Amino acid sequence: MIKVQQLTKIYNKQFALRGLDLEINYGQCLCILGPNGAGKSTFIRILATLSRPNRGDILVDGTSVFAAPAAFRRKLGLIAHATFLYPELTARENLIFYAALYQIANPDTRVDDLLKTVGLAHRSDDRVRTFSRGMQQRLAIARAILNEPEILLLDEPYTGLDQSASQLLTDRIVELKTAKRTIVLITHNIQQGYQLADKIAIFREGRVALECDTGAMSELEFQQKYNEIVTAGGKN
Amino acid sequence: MLIFCLLVVVIFSFTFDPGSEYTKEAAPGILWVAFTFSGMLGLNRTFSHEVDTGSIHGILLAPIDRGAIYLGKTIGSFIFMFIVEIFTLPFFIVLFDLNLENHFLQLVTIIFLATIGFVAVGTLFSAMTVHTKTRELMLPILLFPVMIPVILAAVNATGSILNLDEWSKILGWIRILVAFDLAFIVLSYLTFDFVVEE
Repeated sequence: MIKVQQLTKIYNKQFALRGLDLEINYGQCLCILGPNGAGKSTFIRILATLSRPNRGDILVDGTSVFAAPAAFRRKLGLIAHATFLYPELTARENLIFYAALYQIANPDTRVDDLLKTVGLAHRSDDRVRTFSRGMQQRLAIARAILNEPEILLLDEPYTGLDQSASQLLTDRIVELKTAKRTIVLITHNIQQGYQLADKIAIFREGRVALECDTGAMSELEFQQKYNEIVTAGGKN
Repeated sequence: MLIFCLLVVVIFSFTFDPGSEYTKEAAPGILWVAFTFSGMLGLNRTFSHEVDTGSIHGILLAPIDRGAIYLGKTIGSFIFMFIVEIFTLPFFIVLFDLNLENHFLQLVTIIFLATIGFVAVGTLFSAMTVHTKTRELMLPILLFPVMIPVILAAVNATGSILNLDEWSKILGWIRILVAFDLAFIVLSYLTFDFVVEE
């Protein structure tokens, strides 16, 4: 279990997170929703160990992720709006480079398989800077699942994707859900989030305003609750 | 980097009378001005491309000790800078009409050690300043004061070599360079994680 305790992050004297508490079970798909500036991306960045909290901790099976961050990062995959790819390298070179960082056995085979999976095998030797946004995001999906992560973090991954790339991403998420991988998804699309998630959290002003299983209320009820929290500033 | 370094050496060579005593006195300073300024150009680009494209986060997400990223970047910067320096050196010797006799290797040793110190601190400071708006300006402002011991030792040792002094006269400067290199490599390795983390 991933247990988030009193997570607080301050940027330039502004609170991005204010003592956030959250629990994520293994194999669960958690969807985080909330208005801009609610602290969603800050939370994902801290969970990915790209940022350190001012206070609080994230415990995985009782151990702080900041005690051995490199070991925790081995279990992680992150897809964000930015692709983290090198534009001057080819698609294959990018994946081979990341495979080396993750010390993946038989990297050539793994990279070939992934390029086929994301539908980029025919462009594998083209430089990433020649790719469209959708193609770059497909490659970013391949990069993120290269190490077969136990925990996949998705920070607004659908931004800028065309329909086929969106479907590809949804298919991968469903596939990972079936394989009982832990998924944390940030999205502004309530319908999409509700349909994919086992559990939903609404962030507001750096705190969790609502945390519930998707089975606890219908999509319509949830939509109403979301509007109530975001527009009127209601709390659960 | 290479073109800039060569240009500095060539422009200064026009200013001084080749082979004169005054040129011999000014030459070590000119050489290290060329090396440090061109090195600064390289250091400014150590992280900027990866930060601009966002790929820096891909590396920071890797399950490796972040000190390894620092060492990799430092070694990369060192190789580029050392190649530029070694390529510039013959032009410098010819244009300033210097006679090194059998002291060439000693000069290369000084360049080697001073460059290690320069990139060891420069890589850390480059990571610090890369997120600032005026990074090209911030890096030299922060780096040069810290680099004073290295530049002083390098200029003085180079001067001694050009005067064809005994090895024992240079040894003190070499000790300073080695101590600086070791101290800052260890310090930078240990602090790099905190520098790159938000």
